[in-house]
Amino acid sequence: MKSLVAAFCFVLFAAPVAAETVNVKVGVLRETHARETLSILDIPAADDTLAGALMGAADNNTTGKFTNQTFEAIDARLEDGDDVVAALDALLDKGALFIIADLSAERLLAASERAKPKGAVLFNVSATDDRLRENDCRANVIHVAPTRSMLTDGLAQYLIWKQWRRWLLIKGSHPKDEFLAQAFRNSAKKFGAKIVEERVYEDTGGGRRSDSGSVQTQRQIPVLTQNAPAYDALIAADESEVFGGYLPYRTWDPRPVAGSGGLMPTSWDPSHEQWGALQLQNRFTKTFRRLMNARDNAAWVAMRMIGEAATRTGSNDPEKLRLYLLGADFSIAAFKGVRLTLRPWNQQLRQPILLSDGRMVVSVSPQEGFLHQTSELDTLGVDQPETKCKLN
Amino acid sequence: MQIELKNAPSPPLPRCRGRGSRFGLSLLFAKRRSLASPLPRSGGGTGRGLWVAALLATLIAPAHAYKAYVSNEKGNSITVLDTEKLEATATVKVGRRPRGIALNKDGSELYICAGDDDAIQVLDTKTLKVTGKLPSGPDPELLALSPDGDVIYVSNENDNLVTLIDVKKKEMIGDIPVGVEPEGMAISPDGKLLVNTSETTNMAHLIDTKSKEIVANILVDGRPRFAEFKKDGSELWVSSEVGGTVSVIDPTKRELKQKIAFDIPAMSKEAIQPIGISFTRDGKRAFVALGPANRVAVIDAETKKVEKYLLVGQRVWHLAFTPDEKYLLTANGVSNDVSVIDVASLKVVKSIPVGAFPWGVVVAPQ
Repeated sequence: MKSLVAAFCFVLFAAPVAAETVNVKVGVLRETHARETLSILDIPAADDTLAGALMGAADNNTTGKFTNQTFEAIDARLEDGDDVVAALDALLDKGALFIIADLSAERLLAASERAKPKGAVLFNVSATDDRLRENDCRANVIHVAPTRSMLTDGLAQYLIWKQWRRWLLIKGSHPKDEFLAQAFRNSAKKFGAKIVEERVYEDTGGGRRSDSGSVQTQRQIPVLTQNAPAYDALIAADESEVFGGYLPYRTWDPRPVAGSGGLMPTSWDPSHEQWGALQLQNRFTKTFRRLMNARDNAAWVAMRMIGEAATRTGSNDPEKLRLYLLGADFSIAAFKGVRLTLRPWNQQLRQPILLSDGRMVVSVSPQEGFLHQTSELDTLGVDQPETKCKLN
Repeated sequence: MQIELKNAPSPPLPRCRGRGSRFGLSLLFAKRRSLASPLPRSGGGTGRGLWVAALLATLIAPAHAYKAYVSNEKGNSITVLDTEKLEATATVKVGRRPRGIALNKDGSELYICAGDDDAIQVLDTKTLKVTGKLPSGPDPELLALSPDGDVIYVSNENDNLVTLIDVKKKEMIGDIPVGVEPEGMAISPDGKLLVNTSETTNMAHLIDTKSKEIVANILVDGRPRFAEFKKDGSELWVSSEVGGTVSVIDPTKRELKQKIAFDIPAMSKEAIQPIGISFTRDGKRAFVALGPANRVAVIDAETKKVEKYLLVGQRVWHLAFTPDEKYLLTANGVSNDVSVIDVASLKVVKSIPVGAFPWGVVVAPQ
């Protein structure tokens, strides 16, 4: 009897402490990205995307020491033919109801469908497809990566600011190159630029690596770009990395290159140092011995969003956290100079777009003078009045 | 300045309201100075009666010549200002990326966080020579000095620690683990309570200086950057740069009392980023620097109502009163100048050019 009372007392004493510790499990569902990059500097590392999530979890755990919360990143890597649904099921079975998704549009939609009955929430950290925020938007998908239209609008604002209004557009021959080209056409129309001519660069196959590549490239690119009408900037739409990086310094006319080569719009760049970003870059490099790319950063932001929502709500319930992230009280500091919030109509993270030449951040959009009634960040991408998203 | 603007490449779009207005202001003052050259400098209008009043005011309360020190983040220098002449009198080369600065009690030494040198440098304010350095741990950004002047508390952003340094022995005597990216540092007037803010954890950590233990963690809004106690220790204010608010904390109850928000007409809420905070000695008024909003908010520190927004230079970081509280100086990071606010009239009366990317500012006690 005495021991029973003691045990009872122990339970009474221990129970509230145990109940206070909140565990948040986050799956990192990630595709293997192509090693076929034009520059060897861009070949993805084995821990691509995952590293960002791990650092986010470490940061959240430092905060968690004070709030009695723990965060865990569980890796699930997909090879080309792997079934996304099976991989997701495995994560859900491990109790991961938050999924950082580095997936193509089709796989993301399949994962969203599967996650729905389980009440899991996905954080898209790499798919830039506008359709995922428009006709194909889903209530259980939060978009941390910017859209193509946000990226092209960010670049367009800068080109307009520079008065480089006449564009020669060269697009690749893959379907997603056309999506990017269309985003550039829309941006040109939105901000008053003119596309003087469009050309296509056919992907004839083959690898990216060779011991004598520059000799041929130096002769091919002038041919591709000669006899163009007068233009101010050459815009490349090349998401498959077939030719974009080859354009700068090789054009027939001496003109700046932007888009998929030259001045590139991105959500993150390893050279970004403003607004305290240097601290994040330093921490990342120290831990993972490589530079942080845009996917790593988006995964870190996603993990921080989960951490912030868990800290503020004291919960690990996906729906509760999602509603907090959509609410007026949420904002996140992500070293972009302004607070980032979600567009409630399609769950897209509002964010400035960096313009990088690969060595340095040249500028950050939105540019001064592009105004908006709600948030200047909403001058980037499809805005609320034009949205086709109906969340369900 | 006029020449500089003429020669500057004209961008295709209107660049910046802040700069334009300040330009107008400095022109106005250039004119006024030439008109009033025989008279001592003071605020006020251009009418004769006002000049007499201004002269009388100057006679009654003569401006003291204090020395102010401004850290120039990219200039790797400290600019010394004369607060009577309102001009720079010296520029001293110091370590790399100087940001947080603090004076010792008698103003004889200036401690400088040289972030890229991983050290705190000591500047002799008489000779203006760097006499040595204190060990600080990596990337020191802001520091707080204990009221007796014996211990410096530094935030080390890169390893989530607050480091304690014995000033006399010039050695580290301990560290306290805090949240991610510690930044703001403040110490209560009685020296018992230390506060550190962590930018990514979004907390104010209250630390007992005797036990060196955290006694409370208070959640505030995004990216808390600076903390300041009222002079009587009754309140602690913490500014959240990204959250856009100032949190008012009761240091005795160790809880959040309220948050102060800002609203500037025709300015996006993202641009309002509170950083530096200064209280008048009587605790009745507070001034809060609003970063890229290019304004300093004047707040009734009792009712917590914002009374006014004063237009200053671009990306205003930190603030410092002259000891007589006649002027408040603001370090403006993007426009490379210090704005001088006349505290009685709540008017910006001068802009003083300093080094590249001014960040911190302090004024010597005498």
